[in-house]
Amino acid sequence: MFEKKHVLSMREFSREEIDSVLDLASFLEPYARGKKSDMLAGKILALLFFEPSTRTRMSFETAMKRLGGAVINLGPAEGSSISKGESLADTVRVIGGYADALVIRHPKEGSARLASQFSPVPVLNAGDGAGHHPTQTLLDLYTIKKEQGHIDDLSVALVGDLKYGRTVHSLAYALSLYGADITLVSPPSLRMPEAIRSDLFSKGTSVRETNDLSVVVNSVDVLYMTRIQRERFPDPQEYNKVARCYRLTPESLVNARKNLIIMHPLPRVDEISPAVDGTPHARYFQQSFYGVTVRMALLKMLIGGGA
Amino acid sequence: MMADRRAGVEQKDGPRELRVKPIKNGTVIDHIAGGQALNVLKILGISGTTDATVSVVMNVESGKLGKKDIVKVEDRELLEDEVNKIALIAPAASINIIRDYKVVEKHTVDLPDEIVGVVRCQNPNCISNTSEPIKSRMLVKAKNPVLLRCIFCEQPLTDRIAEYLI
Repeated sequence: MFEKKHVLSMREFSREEIDSVLDLASFLEPYARGKKSDMLAGKILALLFFEPSTRTRMSFETAMKRLGGAVINLGPAEGSSISKGESLADTVRVIGGYADALVIRHPKEGSARLASQFSPVPVLNAGDGAGHHPTQTLLDLYTIKKEQGHIDDLSVALVGDLKYGRTVHSLAYALSLYGADITLVSPPSLRMPEAIRSDLFSKGTSVRETNDLSVVVNSVDVLYMTRIQRERFPDPQEYNKVARCYRLTPESLVNARKNLIIMHPLPRVDEISPAVDGTPHARYFQQSFYGVTVRMALLKMLIGGGA
Repeated sequence: MMADRRAGVEQKDGPRELRVKPIKNGTVIDHIAGGQALNVLKILGISGTTDATVSVVMNVESGKLGKKDIVKVEDRELLEDEVNKIALIAPAASINIIRDYKVVEKHTVDLPDEIVGVVRCQNPNCISNTSEPIKSRMLVKAKNPVLLRCIFCEQPLTDRIAEYLI
């Protein structure tokens, strides 16, 4: 059952709510692949991206158009009212009057929740600073379910920047709802924040930590790779210490489980060699496509009369 | 140190000289951890421009706390909801409502489930630390020790809460 008015944070999702999104996404997948639909005909989605985005913005736009709806875009921030000093609260009140739902990406943490308090229409968080990106987590879960057949009790390794990477924070929390066995693989300086680790422990989740990817590759069902983001490091020397510390190649996967899938929120830099793309383990491009399917499900639920 | 039977009276050891005179009507907040009285006033919104007569006693000896502070606000009976917020920094505080020199009501403080406009988020990149037309809002996730969580960015705040008082 899904009765949310907004999609802001994975913390607010129960397992049942996640399952209902994934079930609807599965039903809508043929429409994401091009089957004609007018389920959201006459509806307008406003995209408010105050930060650059390619995949998320375009997949929301695609999702809305695949369902027969229309999209309006906030122009470049410097040309809009934002540069005149308008508050986010006022912006969402105004644009909420033009559209049936708002998608917002903003550099400040908590901005989507603020928007939800002022918007007259549903708000979907497409990333708030280092905070949440719940639609990414839902598409990650959908990918695991589609490609592994289930999510329960899988062994999942989250690899790379676990400190600043917002996708892994939300994903770890969501996986804990499915009894996943989680291995955290990161350099010591990029460990998952203590608050999140203790949250996972308190839920009884099995969590291991290591900085050695090679010992983990052969014993997991899902490898979730992340990019170490240069822009998060004020000191370039600190970045250079940890950049390129994990790199998957076909050779590193020779003893991997047969059912292993490799995921990545993209864009990748060099943590996955292009030679891995041709292996049976690579799933990151399917994962990216599933973003359209999952966002279609969320839009349908929020403004299309439910599941 | 002996406490007078009359409300809100503290006496020095030795000569029976009053440190602060008793109040006729108002609120006495006792058992504030030593040194926190000014923060208590801040939480209660009592600033230098208040019209109320306010007495503050700091760092008197206390069997329970070692050192304690006491705040007396005359002619104002503080509501339970507004006083409960001081449990953020003074969880052992007791509240005495005084009428005609008598304690007519006495209770301890208990943190509410949500604190609005009192503590700012420690995350400098939180939207609540901008000029948006909103007040800070903290959910109280645990009371002892106090654990707050910003309703906007969800960042926890547990240590050094006094530093983040608005």
